[in-house]
Amino acid sequence: MAELTYRDAVARGIAQEMERDNNVVFLGEDVAKAGGVFKSTVGLYEKFGPLRVRDTPISEQAILGAAMGAAMTGLRPIAEIMFADFAAVCFDYIANEFPKLRYMTNGQLGCPLVVRTGNGGGARFGAQHSQSIENWTMMIPGLKVVAPSSPIDVIGLMAAAVRDDNPVIFHEHKSLYAVKGEVPDGEILDTLGTARILRPGKDATILALALMVPRALAAAETLAAEHGIDCEVVDVRSLVPLDTDTILNSVARTGHLFTVEENPRLCGWGAEIASIVADEAFWDLDGPIVRITTPHIPLPAADHLEDLALPNAPRIVEKIGRVMNGSVR
Amino acid sequence: MPGPDDFGMVWHLGWNHNMREKQKGSRAAGLPNDDIGPDIRLELYRLQVEIRDCEKRANDLFFQNLIKGTSHLSLGQEGIAAGVAVAMQPGDKSFCTYRGHAHTLARGVPMEKVLGELMLRDNGLMRGKGGSMHLTSVEHGVMGSYAIIGAHLPIACGSAWRAQYLGQKDVSVCFFGDGTTNIGAFHEALNFAAIWKLPVVFICENNLYMEYTPIADVTAVEHPAADRASAYGLERIVIDGNDADVVYRTAQAAFAKARKGDGPSLIECMTYRHSGHSRADPAKYRPEGELEKWLERDPIKIYRERLREFGISDAQVAAIDAESKRKVDAATEACKASPSAPVELLTTDVYADGGWSWRN
Ligand SMILES: Cc1ncc(C[n+]2csc(CCOP(=O)(O)OP(=O)(O)O)c2C)c(N)n1
Ligand SMILES: [Mg+2]
Repeated sequence: MAELTYRDAVARGIAQEMERDNNVVFLGEDVAKAGGVFKSTVGLYEKFGPLRVRDTPISEQAILGAAMGAAMTGLRPIAEIMFADFAAVCFDYIANEFPKLRYMTNGQLGCPLVVRTGNGGGARFGAQHSQSIENWTMMIPGLKVVAPSSPIDVIGLMAAAVRDDNPVIFHEHKSLYAVKGEVPDGEILDTLGTARILRPGKDATILALALMVPRALAAAETLAAEHGIDCEVVDVRSLVPLDTDTILNSVARTGHLFTVEENPRLCGWGAEIASIVADEAFWDLDGPIVRITTPHIPLPAADHLEDLALPNAPRIVEKIGRVMNGSVR
Repeated sequence: MPGPDDFGMVWHLGWNHNMREKQKGSRAAGLPNDDIGPDIRLELYRLQVEIRDCEKRANDLFFQNLIKGTSHLSLGQEGIAAGVAVAMQPGDKSFCTYRGHAHTLARGVPMEKVLGELMLRDNGLMRGKGGSMHLTSVEHGVMGSYAIIGAHLPIACGSAWRAQYLGQKDVSVCFFGDGTTNIGAFHEALNFAAIWKLPVVFICENNLYMEYTPIADVTAVEHPAADRASAYGLERIVIDGNDADVVYRTAQAAFAKARKGDGPSLIECMTYRHSGHSRADPAKYRPEGELEKWLERDPIKIYRERLREFGISDAQVAAIDAESKRKVDAATEACKASPSAPVELLTTDVYADGGWSWRN
């Protein structure tokens, strides 16, 4: 058992898979000799050498295109897109190429690769370096989409992503890189498509992802201590596949559903889950499904404004407290 | 705009030029010096004729409403598909575009499989799930046909990177049009291939037009691919794409270079499409007389003359022509007899487990 940062967990997860399988290769901008702009891949170049850990030009299309060509002919590439916002300049691969290949070729070709990317806000980087884009990727059939919230999940889900035969978009949260967590020694392998109940509770279900997970947990403690509301906090972890079993079972127990989403309001992942729950668990509900999201705005750089925009524990407490007022079973 | 009159220009010939000199010398003594040989020549001819006949049949089937959706023919461009494919080795990988019937057929994919896909029948290459723009036959090295302009240049780089990394000797070949040279992925891919010295060969088919706009109207240089090559440290190569021999020789040299580990090549092949961009296009935007001039330089016409020049009998040529017609007819009948794919195919192969499930 060791204490590891989320940042170091990225390098450990990649290293674990590169050690296991020679076909795992890693490419991206400044990822090799410099160890990544977020220092999340330090040591990989030294350990695995220049043939397996490669610095690329600033060519996001070439990075993802090359990863795809290598994946469909036998390698298992991990590609880094430095900031998730940059997915927009290579979105063709994410939207049109990776996820359509197997279907269009009637199963002749597959695309077993991982795209890692620095997702999310909180770092005062402004509107083009702070977005939460997991919903951009969630809406495309053929992709898998994960967003871990803790160091151990980073390693376990990274391993699962690399071993998966589908294209997996792996959203690392930039504001979690410094977060520490306990990580056991030895190989760690998790399962895609599994949510995790981090705090059991009986009054309401809170679904959260990535940076919103610690905030939801903090809010749940306050709600319990100050409002007598016992919340179950579920880390969704994987948007595709989506662990609807865990979510629907939790809602069946609590009767209330809240989502805490960092994405701007429209078409956030919580909207899809709200629709599933409304459709399949309507009679389990004792109150409205409420989404707590960033407002539908670009993110500002100024710290006090960005803090206002992103959901935080006080806002979660305030919203859930108000909705639950008088309706606790 | 480069046109038929420009064929007097100095092509990139290099050793080809020397070859011609040699041929002149031996011509005096009788037959021209044949560096290619009758077997390969007949193969180059057969492929061109079969592609021509199959594309013509595709056109006819459209007008009989038996082919739905869209389709992009390579009529007039057969010399490139044939010349490159004959220079390829088994295991080499082709990355094609929506105008990819020719390149797919050239790798030996049966006509029935191609026409079946165009007709969206169960006997098609992808059983109708991909359609005419995405022809793929992995067993023949056809690693997909891509319909987002430029996307497959980086993908071909990735395949070449795999070969380099694993020490495999295959070359990845990427076909695209003149219009594709103005999208970012083209430039990213060339730089990427050059810096990593990848075994990839880029083949630009310059047919003078994007969909409807002449390439010269929207491009800062005369030769949209070759004139950019030097920006990526590559040789400027422009060849006559309507002469399958020239294509074959040039491709062979590029493949040999790639296989030796000496990196990528970019070959711009001058050609012309005889029909419109797609079936919806009557090609009214072309100046009067342009098509007629290019028909004089029809690759198959050129090649028939070439065969005669090298002493191949008319009977041999006629046999190939007849066999091609027979193949197209047989393929057409097989396609007409084939059912549509079963409806279960709607949701297969979205994910690697064969299904489409996104939740539990
Ligand atoms: C990114 C993108 N932009 C536009 C199109 C629409 N489009 C399809 S084919 C084509 C013309 C391409 O011209 P060229 O590269 O010369 O190839 P050709 O069709 O002449 O073989 C265009 C603009 C597309 N498929 N993808
Ligand atoms: Mg063109």
